[in-house]
Amino acid sequence: MARKELEIIEGLWEKVEELSGQNIFACYQCGMCSAGCPFTDEMDMLPNQVIRGLQLRDWNTMDCSAMWICASCFSCQVQCPKGVDLAKLMEAMRQIYLRQQLDHVSIDDMTPEQISKLPQIALVANFRKNTG
Amino acid sequence: MSEQENATIRIHVMGKTYRVPAGLTIMDAMEYSGYRFIRGAGCRSGFCGACSTIYRREEDYRLQFALACQEMAEDGMYLVQLPFTPAPRSQYDLEKVDPTENVLLQYYPEIARCVACNTCTKACPQDIEVMDYVQAALRGDITRTATLSFDCIQCGLCTMRCPADIKHYHMAQMARRIYGRYLSPVPEHLEERLREIEEGVCDSELDKLVAMNEEELVIAYAARIREEE
Amino acid sequence: MDRLTYFPGCSLKDEAKEFEISAMAVMEALELPLVEFERWNCCGTVFSLTEDDLMHQLASIRNFIRAQEAGSEEIVTSCAMCYNTLKRSSLFVNHAEERLEKINAFMDEEVAYEGKVEVRHLLEIIRDRIGWEKVEEAMIHPLEGLSVAPYYGCMLLRPKQVGIDDPDNPTIMRDLIDALWATPVEYAFQAECCGSYQVVDHRELIVERTYRILSSARRAGADVVITSCPLCQYNLRETQSELKEKIPTYDEMPVVYFTQLMAIALDVDSGELPGPLLARLPIEEGVGKGEG
Repeated sequence: MARKELEIIEGLWEKVEELSGQNIFACYQCGMCSAGCPFTDEMDMLPNQVIRGLQLRDWNTMDCSAMWICASCFSCQVQCPKGVDLAKLMEAMRQIYLRQQLDHVSIDDMTPEQISKLPQIALVANFRKNTG
Repeated sequence: MSEQENATIRIHVMGKTYRVPAGLTIMDAMEYSGYRFIRGAGCRSGFCGACSTIYRREEDYRLQFALACQEMAEDGMYLVQLPFTPAPRSQYDLEKVDPTENVLLQYYPEIARCVACNTCTKACPQDIEVMDYVQAALRGDITRTATLSFDCIQCGLCTMRCPADIKHYHMAQMARRIYGRYLSPVPEHLEERLREIEEGVCDSELDKLVAMNEEELVIAYAARIREEE
Repeated sequence: MDRLTYFPGCSLKDEAKEFEISAMAVMEALELPLVEFERWNCCGTVFSLTEDDLMHQLASIRNFIRAQEAGSEEIVTSCAMCYNTLKRSSLFVNHAEERLEKINAFMDEEVAYEGKVEVRHLLEIIRDRIGWEKVEEAMIHPLEGLSVAPYYGCMLLRPKQVGIDDPDNPTIMRDLIDALWATPVEYAFQAECCGSYQVVDHRELIVERTYRILSSARRAGADVVITSCPLCQYNLRETQSELKEKIPTYDEMPVVYFTQLMAIALDVDSGELPGPLLARLPIEEGVGKGEG
C-alpha cells in the first residue's frame, strides 16, 4: 500500500534494539562517536545525540536526517568504549522506514543519463541502504 | 474404486474442486471444468508465454510454476491462472541508445537490487538461469545476458516473484536487442552481398530473367548450375 | 604452482578493469596467480546490519558455496567493499548455527554451505604469504623518489573483527610502499571515509571529502594516492573535476589502485594509468601496460 509517512508502531523503540542487537543504555554519552564521524557537518543531530534520543524515547529522533547522511563507515563503532555499534542502530532506524515501504531514494526518478555517470558499485550500495 | 474413477483426477481451481479425466494439460483440465480463457491463453504450444500458471500440490508446501498448456494436470493440484504480469517496459530508442557496459543498468536501475536469491530461476518454466543473466547484466556483460536469456518467452513468472521488483524479461529483451543491433559480429558475406546489390552487380542477370518467356525459363531452369553437395 | 581462488566483484569487470588487470599481472609475477571461480555473483557491496536479515546474506553465501564446489576453502578479493561484505557475512552465519541452517534450507537448489570458507584481502595475502622481501626482489623499476599516500578508506579496517590492520594506525600499505622503494606519506585522512554510496544523492558531500582527503595528502607531499576500492577510486578521482571548477588553481592528484603501482614496479601490465601519474614517475617512458 502506498504510504507517505512513518506509522508509529507500538514497540518501535524495542524494534530498533531488536533489529540492531544493541543495548542503547550502555551508551554513557562520551561523544567519541560524534568526534570520529566524518559527516557531522551535514547532520541535523550528532550521532551521540541520536542515541541519546533513542534512550529518552524522543520521537524527533526518528525524523533525523543523520540516519540517512550516515555512510556506514563504522568510525563510530570502532571508537565506542562501551562496544555499542552505532552503525547498526542507524541501520535499524533506516530499516524501520524501509520496511514500511518508505524508500529514501526514488529509483524511478533517476534518468538514464544520471545513472550513466555513476559507478554501479555506488548504485548497488545506495539501493541496499535506501530502498526496502 | 470403479474403472471410471481410476481414469479421473481431482483438481482445485481457485479453491473449487473439479473431477477431470487424467492425461490432460492444466489448460485442458481447466477448460474441461468449464472455464473459458479469454486471457492467459495463446498459442497452446509452449511458445507465447501467455499461460503462466502457479499452483501447489496437496501435500507439498512449495509453490510451483508452469505453463498451463504444457504441464500435465495431476491429482490434487491447487491451481490459478495468471492473466498478466504488470511490468511496463522502459522507453528507449534502440537507434539512439549508447551501448555502453552499464546501459542495462541505466534503463533498468532496479537490477542493482538483486540479492541473488535465485527465486527467479526457480520460477522459470523454460529452465533459464535467470539469476545468472541478471548478474551478467549487472556487471555489464550484455552478450552473456543475451545468450543466457535466449529461450525466454516473456511469461513473467520471474518478475512476479522477485523480491527486488526486477523486470527480468524486459531487461533481457533490451539486452538481446542491443546485442543484435550493436554487438553481434556482422556477417561479412551478407555485407558483401548487400554491397553487390547496391552496386547493381546482379542487375543485368535479373533483367535477362525478367525478359524471358516461359519456354526460355524452363530451359534456363533445367540448365541451372547446382552447388555440389 | 599454488593458486588463489579469486573473487573479482562486479566493478572489476567493468568500471575498475585496471584493478583486475594489474592484480592478475602482479600475482602472476609473484608466482601466486589469481584464478576466478565460476558463476560467482554480486556480493551486495554492503553488509546488511540488521540481526534478522538473512536474505541479504544469500549473495555472499552463494559465493562461498561456489568456492566450496571449486574445492577451495578460501576466497581472495582485492575490492575492499567485497572483502568487508563477504567477511562479515561469513562471521555472521558462523556465529549462530541456526542462521546457516536456515540459509541452507532456503538455498536447497545448491549444496549446503559448510561454513568453512575463509575470506582474505589481497594485501593480506601479499603480506603474509608472499612477504615484502619477495615483492622487493621481483621489482624491476624501483619507485625511488615517488611519494605515495596510502588511502585505506573504511572497509579494509573497520570493524576490528574484519580489519586487515589496526584501524587507528594501519601500516600495511606503508609497508608495501616501502617495499617498492617509494616514499610513504603520513597524513591524517588515510582512513577517513570518502563518502561511499552518498555520491548518488549527495555528490557535494563527496566533493567536500575528496578535497579534505586529497589536499591533506598533497600537503604531506604526495605525488599519488593508492586505494583498494572501486568506489573510493571513483569518488576521489571523478569529483576532482568538480573541485577544479570551484578552485581554479586546484591541481589534479592521480589516484590509482595499489596493484597498479605494484605493476609499474614489477614491469607488468598495469592497465590504464592517469597521465599526471605517468608524468611524475621516476622511470623512463613506456612504463605501464608492461611495456617498460
